[in-house]
Amino acid sequence: MKKSMICIVCPIGCHLEVESSSDEFVVTGNQCKRGPVYAQKELTSPTRPITSTVKIENAIYNRLPIKTSGEVPKAKIMDVMKEINKLSFKAPIKCGDVLLKNVLNTGVDIIASRSL
Amino acid sequence: MNNYDIVVVGGGSAGLAAAIEANKNGIEKVLLIERDIELGGILLQCIHNGFGLKVFKEELTGPEYAERFVNELKDMGIEFKLNTLVTKINPDKTVEYANAEEGFIQIQAKAIILTMGCYERSAGAINIPGNRPSGILTAGTAQKYLNIDGYLVGKRVFILGSGDIGLIMARRMTLEGAKVLGVAELQPYSGGLTRNIVQCLEDYDIPLYLSHTVSKIVGDSKLEKIVVSKVDGFTPIPGTEMEFEVDALLLSIGLIPENGLSEAAGILIDNRTKGAIVNESYETSVEGIFACGNVLHVHDLVDFVTAESRRAGVAAAKYIKNELIKGKSFETKPLKGINYIVPNKVNIDNLDDKLELFMRVDAVYKDVVINVYGDGTLIKTMKKKHLAPAEMESVKLKVSEISNIKDCIEIEVLV
Repeated sequence: MKKSMICIVCPIGCHLEVESSSDEFVVTGNQCKRGPVYAQKELTSPTRPITSTVKIENAIYNRLPIKTSGEVPKAKIMDVMKEINKLSFKAPIKCGDVLLKNVLNTGVDIIASRSL
Repeated sequence: MNNYDIVVVGGGSAGLAAAIEANKNGIEKVLLIERDIELGGILLQCIHNGFGLKVFKEELTGPEYAERFVNELKDMGIEFKLNTLVTKINPDKTVEYANAEEGFIQIQAKAIILTMGCYERSAGAINIPGNRPSGILTAGTAQKYLNIDGYLVGKRVFILGSGDIGLIMARRMTLEGAKVLGVAELQPYSGGLTRNIVQCLEDYDIPLYLSHTVSKIVGDSKLEKIVVSKVDGFTPIPGTEMEFEVDALLLSIGLIPENGLSEAAGILIDNRTKGAIVNESYETSVEGIFACGNVLHVHDLVDFVTAESRRAGVAAAKYIKNELIKGKSFETKPLKGINYIVPNKVNIDNLDDKLELFMRVDAVYKDVVINVYGDGTLIKTMKKKHLAPAEMESVKLKVSEISNIKDCIEIEVLV
């Protein structure tokens, strides 16, 4: 099977050509070694990082930006968002603080992405 | 009157990098002036990831990227002012600013670095027929409301323009429960990074209507409905109308360098970039005033802003130390297929070992060649599989390759 896809690992956005059979993936068009890894994962079990905000009190703003420590399965994004929207914190929070461990058993944590 | 070596105007990604780099290069009296309540600029509302791959070799969110530079600046003890608006910059390098504590103040700088960033084109710039109800915002304004203040500006949303902020907001508002009905782009190609088309639109089945625009706005006090039409060039084609019931229309229709202060200082502006005309040291037409980041030309990656601003910071430090060499320079000229080139002028004596030229193409090209000419002679050829206006291109030239050039470097896309 031959497939063209755009690598979304970084903003460069390489145009990948993937030739796949039952036992191997051959990827061309990538500028770095993350391209082939992305292509294989995207065609078998796609995942995405999530960034959002949560409620924070006693800070200069009402929202604290957060990110997932890794990528979550694409199909679970909306469920993870529901968990994120239940969270609420009081300042001070440090960038990198773990706000919720192992969200929905994905093995991924919710992390503060700034100090506030 | 207080005296400074370098005054940096604007505390976003460009200003932070320029101030830090000037200080690292031996300039003690640096002042960074920011109008917002904290340093960091627009990065603070760009909570998505994708920042820092070139500068830090890891993928960060906007706030994380900003925080690293803000911490570095503070650790270095560089002076900065918040809640402070620069009201005037003069060619004699006096800077006038105002804030609540000090009132109106004038200071004297030896050099100034302009890092005011850019602003969004708004509804007034495109004359959409119909009413003027509430619910029409620029994508960046909606982003600030959502990510900083926590307000979702609509439940049924349409986005006009496929710039990166619009694409990012399509995903962001979907995640927060809004229904994004589509994105219309006037051009036959997207104005954003392809990566964002994939992960912001395709992931959420949001349709992208290329060669389409919003042809009518309906609603009295609040936005009720928009009409989207296919276009022939810029003109809506009758009979192609689609109606969308929406309560918010976001505009992601372009960014323009914020050069009000620069123009008032008499700095010459490039018609193509809408930023200052600069030389290889990022010095504008007014000696000792430098410009970098989105105030110079709109970048698609903050990593490129940082790299450019570091070079400008180094150059401004050299200027203070009388190490910038004045003298003959040649020009850079865009030919067929190239929209603009930065910098506009090059004095080869101020280059270390190489010259890097940044440019944007004027359309999408596939399997083409970029040719670089020095005084009319071909000096470099680069094969390109894919070129798009949304993706900045660069050409690196060794000093040895360009040492004989007298008049100009010209660049073209050969189809």
